Amino acid sequence: MTQVAQGGEGAAAGFASAATRRKPRLRKRLNVQSVLGTTPMIATAVGVFIICIIFSIIWSFTNSKLFPNFNFIGWAQYQRLWSTDRWIISVQNVAVFGVLSIVGGMVFGYLLAVFMDQRIKQEDLFRSIFLYPFAMSLVVTGLVWQWMFDPNLGIQSAVRQMGWTSFEFAPLVKQETALYGVVLGGLWNGVGVTMAIMLAGLRGVDSEIWKAAKVDGIPTWKTYLFVVLPMMRGAIATAFILQCTGVVRVFDIVIAMTQGGPGVSTQMPAIYVIQHITDRVNVGQGMAAATMMLLPVMVLIGLQYLVRWNANRRAGRA
Amino acid sequence: MTNLAATSAGAISARGPKPRTLTASRIGVYAFLIIAALFFLLPLWVMVVTSLKTLPEIRQGHLFNWPELLTFEPWLKAWDTACTGRDCNGLKPGFWNSVKITALSVPVSIVVAMINGYALSFWKYRGSEFLFGVLIFGAFVPYQVVIYPLIIGLSKVGLFATLPGIVIVHTIFGMPILTLLYRNFFASLPIELFKAGRVDWAGFWGIFFRIMLPMSVPITIVAVILQTTGIWNDFLFGTVFAGRENMPMTVQLNNIVTTTTGVREYNVNMAATILTAAVPLVVYFISGKWFVRGIAAGAVKG
Amino acid sequence: MTSSVSIRELSLSFGHVKVLESLDLEVAQGEFIVLLGPSGCGKSTLLNCIAGLLDVSDGEIHISGRNVTWDEPKDRGIGMVFQSYALYPQMTVERNLSFGLRVARMPKPEIDARVKRASEILQIEPLLQRKPVELSGGQRQRVAIGRALVRDVDVFLFDEPLSNLDAKLRSDLRIEIKRLHQRLKNTMIYVTHDQVEAMTLADRIAIMKNGVIQQLDDPHTIYNKPVNLFVAGFIGSPSMNFLRGQLTGTDISVDGQTISIASYPFESHAGGPAVLGIRPEHVALGDEARKMPVQIESEIELVEPMGADTIAWTKIGTQSLTFRAAAEVHLVPGQKVLIGFDPSRGSVFNAESGQRI
Repeated sequence: MTQVAQGGEGAAAGFASAATRRKPRLRKRLNVQSVLGTTPMIATAVGVFIICIIFSIIWSFTNSKLFPNFNFIGWAQYQRLWSTDRWIISVQNVAVFGVLSIVGGMVFGYLLAVFMDQRIKQEDLFRSIFLYPFAMSLVVTGLVWQWMFDPNLGIQSAVRQMGWTSFEFAPLVKQETALYGVVLGGLWNGVGVTMAIMLAGLRGVDSEIWKAAKVDGIPTWKTYLFVVLPMMRGAIATAFILQCTGVVRVFDIVIAMTQGGPGVSTQMPAIYVIQHITDRVNVGQGMAAATMMLLPVMVLIGLQYLVRWNANRRAGRA
Repeated sequence: MTNLAATSAGAISARGPKPRTLTASRIGVYAFLIIAALFFLLPLWVMVVTSLKTLPEIRQGHLFNWPELLTFEPWLKAWDTACTGRDCNGLKPGFWNSVKITALSVPVSIVVAMINGYALSFWKYRGSEFLFGVLIFGAFVPYQVVIYPLIIGLSKVGLFATLPGIVIVHTIFGMPILTLLYRNFFASLPIELFKAGRVDWAGFWGIFFRIMLPMSVPITIVAVILQTTGIWNDFLFGTVFAGRENMPMTVQLNNIVTTTTGVREYNVNMAATILTAAVPLVVYFISGKWFVRGIAAGAVKG
Repeated sequence: MTSSVSIRELSLSFGHVKVLESLDLEVAQGEFIVLLGPSGCGKSTLLNCIAGLLDVSDGEIHISGRNVTWDEPKDRGIGMVFQSYALYPQMTVERNLSFGLRVARMPKPEIDARVKRASEILQIEPLLQRKPVELSGGQRQRVAIGRALVRDVDVFLFDEPLSNLDAKLRSDLRIEIKRLHQRLKNTMIYVTHDQVEAMTLADRIAIMKNGVIQQLDDPHTIYNKPVNLFVAGFIGSPSMNFLRGQLTGTDISVDGQTISIASYPFESHAGGPAVLGIRPEHVALGDEARKMPVQIESEIELVEPMGADTIAWTKIGTQSLTFRAAAEVHLVPGQKVLIGFDPSRGSVFNAESGQRI
């Protein structure tokens, strides 16, 4: 039965394309089935990633409270946003969190990858161990580390019981250190991925480069640092972008670990937005914050275009 | 010949494989890896031992010790009777909600993405590349920027806080990565395959079902792993879009653990945490290298 | 004759797979040795062992009179050139040449002098400030050779250095490598699967198969007096004709046709199944054939005009025989011709052992 139905459709499509048969095969012609088949994509791309964003931006210029309205009040929401300590601290927090987790993730990830690259017999075992946290949700990650960091029953007390009574390791209870605790939890969850990407990059390096370096008498660590690392631009860019998107979105792990506290010491922009559209019923303010979150993404995309344009220009010249 | 023998005479003759000495650097490599492995394994160990201890024993400290009195009570409680506010049904309802959401969202999102990738590789139309560009842009957009208008849109059509609603949301936000995954896969297939299909007069769906679908089994395994773990582990969309009726396990876990009424039952909390992590962990350990491939595929180009 | 590289009873196995088996090779000072063979014959493996990039399972390697079996590659007094060039992509040509020397903390003037000399020899001075991506394949390979040159070593190792280049560049660079050898007079060990490269460059060719050197001789001997069927079949294009038959005394009977090969310089007399090998260019046609000790009436089956000459296919009994005819000779399929050859220029092998008789 299905055979017949498919045959019919095939014949119809074939008929439709008969008129364009002489043209090169992959010309962008309008195939009705293709458009129909990708309706969800059209709806998502246009409806969600264009129209929803436009609405978010529009509402950021209104005084929408519980429900959205169109009473435009100019830049007032943004003025309020940037005079709110909670937001400014959120931005600072995400910057510190971002720099620490990206730099930490890159360095630790590359180190792990390099050590994994030393013809380790138990490579699969180590890989499984380094990567399994990533399979768990950030909520789980947050809750586990919250428990480990418990000042009275966690690592701190366990080490003190072993005899080191002045040992202090309970970052989440202090405003100054809470953010570092979150960074550590995030690294635990995500470093394995960076390691896997970096290791794939290392394995992709031409083995003759290694031979040449050995004949040249370049020490292994120098080869990794000065020859191989610069060759892994692709892997590094991939890991970097992956971590960047994670940083801008950081939400789950903070909610699970600290709920933004103590005080506002681990507040993040993503939490600020969600709180304003739910508990604080101030949609306009939330949308202004959301629009600000879009900014770094736009800058990154712009940068990428610039790099590509520059590369094309250079390629054209050469 | 004789002069050759003379040259090597005298010195201790190096012959055969270089004797393997356990060098300091070799020890260093293993030491580093083992310490790193301990760092990654420690939380899992703590989770497990805590969940098997009684509360009095936990209150004594000794975070890392194996329980003196083994108990499975916390596990039963976490599953069956742990409280979120006034509801005391444990994680059970959340588990089944997550099963429902995942079981529906994974196939829907994958089918949609597969067709997208196929169309984008072989049946481009005016504007299709632009749409793909927008989709990739969507992969980098912070969710918070689109969430609120999406809430309004879904409530207008009566799907907000419903099961179909959350399925749609997962399909939307899974689409960029999955479409990229499938587009790259189909683009890597030999174009002759498609040409042969055209010669046999098979159209859009004919080629899709007869040629492309059977070939995309491996990439679909990767996609299933990616989506199953991704959707199961989701927290934000569950909080916002699922509503009380369909609250997924992660949200419920967080509610149970952070609930402030009564004594904090650390052992129950940890048991609940393990239960929530169990499904993706099982997927991870069964899928092994496919999981790594999924990450790499999800990360390509970025 | 002083020995530059000496390999003694070298064996290498990966797990249960034996890649090299008790291999001996003596390379004289200033000699150009080519390791030739089909892929998987162990030629690159052998080169990597000499370079110290692979740990051997057994045996010894001596370079310039020193036992280097356990030495690091950099301490062996070798330079190496690779198929993929293996240039450090983010460094300029100058940095590429000098990186190893800098790491070894050689004084700056000395480095500059060596880089200058190498770039003069290879004529890459204008390229010194460029990066490898801005170079053509041929230029990259020169830089790679330069990197071996600045090391100022006695032994150069080449691992299929021309395989990534197109045919034209390949022949140009081949000549340059030959010039380089004539100028520097270093010992060179060169791995290739290209028999033209081997024949043109080598002082001696080592033909390898399954980790064993089949024959080690100068190109002329390899071509004209192959020691076994493998070497005979591997060298030459179109390849040598093999006529299988029965040897009795100095007569070989091929599919009932008896050919007298009394003029063949037998090294040992043994009857039984044998293979008579004749190169296509040693088969004469028509009037020329009449002067030959062996003359056979035959019929043309297929003609392949190659431009410079023509390859024709005929049969002796049921066995194919190709021969090379001058381009002017007009041949058509079905035509009866007289062909002839001189057995003294051919080769006779024992059909069972494959060894030359």
